[in-house]
Amino acid sequence: MAALTPPATRTGTGASSPAPARPRTRGGGGRRGRPRLWRGLVALIAAVYFLGPMAFAVLFTVDVPRQGWTLDSYRGILGAPGFWPGLRLTLELAAATIAVTLLLLVPALIAVRLTAPRLRVLVEVLCSLPLVVPAVALTAGISSVLRWGPDDFADTPLFQTFNAVQNPGFPVVLLLAYVLMALPLAYRTLDAGLRALDLATLVEAARNLGASWPRTVVQVVLPNLRGALLNTAFLTLALVLGEYTVASILGYQPFAVWIVSLGGSDAQVSVAVSVLSLVLTWLLLLLLAAAGRARRLPRLPRRHRAAADPAADPTTADLNARPTVRENS
Amino acid sequence: MTTARAAAPSSAAGPSRQGAGGGPAAATTDAAPRAPRKDVPRRRPRNAGWLAVLPLIVFVLVVFGLPAFAIVTGAFKTAPGAPGGVHWTTGNLTQSVHGAYLTALWGSVRLSALTAALGVVLGLPLAHAVLTSPLRALREAVLAASGVLANFGGVPLAFAFVATLGNSGELTRALDLTGHGWSLYSFTGLTVVYLYFLVPLMVLTITPALEGLRTQWREAAQNNGATTGQYWIHVALPVLAPSLLGGFVLLFGSAFAAYATAAAIVGSSVPLITLQIANALSGNVLAGQGNVALALSLDMIVIAGAVMALYIPLQRRSARWLH
Repeated sequence: MAALTPPATRTGTGASSPAPARPRTRGGGGRRGRPRLWRGLVALIAAVYFLGPMAFAVLFTVDVPRQGWTLDSYRGILGAPGFWPGLRLTLELAAATIAVTLLLLVPALIAVRLTAPRLRVLVEVLCSLPLVVPAVALTAGISSVLRWGPDDFADTPLFQTFNAVQNPGFPVVLLLAYVLMALPLAYRTLDAGLRALDLATLVEAARNLGASWPRTVVQVVLPNLRGALLNTAFLTLALVLGEYTVASILGYQPFAVWIVSLGGSDAQVSVAVSVLSLVLTWLLLLLLAAAGRARRLPRLPRRHRAAADPAADPTTADLNARPTVRENS
Repeated sequence: MTTARAAAPSSAAGPSRQGAGGGPAAATTDAAPRAPRKDVPRRRPRNAGWLAVLPLIVFVLVVFGLPAFAIVTGAFKTAPGAPGGVHWTTGNLTQSVHGAYLTALWGSVRLSALTAALGVVLGLPLAHAVLTSPLRALREAVLAASGVLANFGGVPLAFAFVATLGNSGELTRALDLTGHGWSLYSFTGLTVVYLYFLVPLMVLTITPALEGLRTQWREAAQNNGATTGQYWIHVALPVLAPSLLGGFVLLFGSAFAAYATAAAIVGSSVPLITLQIANALSGNVLAGQGNVALALSLDMIVIAGAVMALYIPLQRRSARWLH
């Protein structure tokens, strides 16, 4: 019944405030305290649970039993055997994955928007297919395909291709798998970026001014897509940095696999590397989110900000648009 | 003529945007759909569109198609070295749902269902608390952090937990948790770790739906004398139900497919289907189990496919209320 006697101001706020997301505070003056306490409790538990492991992991690396406080685990990273080869392989794979993903998707998405809208559904389905096959299953399929090489194609020129794809110096097979795994997220990010543009008008204007098609794409479309391209690149980078499943089962040793193999011999150093790589990835992605917001906000009058849908921003959208069943595998 | 032909599919694409996308963000990104442009540039021949999409099609056909083909055919064939030569069989599939493999499948389903349910139950209040917080900065920070946590855990996350709650972890030693029966390398331990990326995933999934709850509905309920509890039971939760179910399905799929976290933490002391596939592939347990691994993969794909098939209609259903 307390709800029936709201404070006098409520009618006013209810009618004029567009802010959609704070029904809790409308409960009336007498009940203010309880929701706030409840909210604080939830936030506290969440903070302990989500920050705790990070804090203890750091403590674990600096407070070594029988040695006391030391930074040796962090100094040990650089000298640990396998660190540089693993990091180099991962970075090379990441660069190649980003390049191939963008080269495949950007022309296709632009074309779908401009000239072949009927292909839209096809492209979306193609890019969502990888979601249905968990990484482990994909790896099982890949390793089975790779066995066709010696089994069925030993006498044909294709055999060389099978060998080249598995070259341990630069395993193309990992590159292919990573591009496939990056497609869903990359598709959503780029699609959100393109949706925010009036692509047809941009292209029409450039073409009417006499720009050739390549020039239109390079000098008009791509600069306007810069944010979405950067997002895609960062997210793909993070995916490749953390990828363990495919690489470990196929027997390669990029960064994540190296960390696990180190865990058996030197727990402190492996946790130290984990902490560093988590912090770096998170900083990267938080920067990305912050940059996205900074770009977006000035465009909106203050009055509309609260009502603005955060998911309409490509940056937030791509963090929201997880491929459902992939990343942590 | 060309214009008319080109314009028709263009405007037809407009409404379909609402439903397209499948993901939670995709559904909400369309809050203000632009009017579709009628005039598609004419100078570009239509074939060019196909040409630009062709590399993507070829790539997916080869890189996705070949392994998929290998899984589907390999699951129904005997192993290469089998007595009597390679022939078609349903033996692999039968084997994949019996014995240790059935235990693993069941373990995965149980772990995924439990963690998904917990993720929904814990994620909803967290999302609500965050969204109703007066601190805008906190809200933004939590949402951004959720995106990061939900997406990128894997090996480093596993090691953070090992350092915290593992056998020689900081918290384990400080509180003598092992003496109290705690073990990270168990079903319970994995549950705690999985929630670390599932709860943020739930926060992200449910946020658009919570934002779509109209203030007017709550006011109407209050004006009719409903208590907060009644409002939640009779108004908010029914509206949120499709989103909550969709979130559950999404979390289930995510937990079901997870491999790296489990592999880095428990090795194979907890029976999970992903670990079994990896073991069978590397011949750790028994040699010549490659085709059973393919059959297990097929099982997984069927389940993951069912998850997607459940999720997409739920997503559409929940999107209906929110705009």
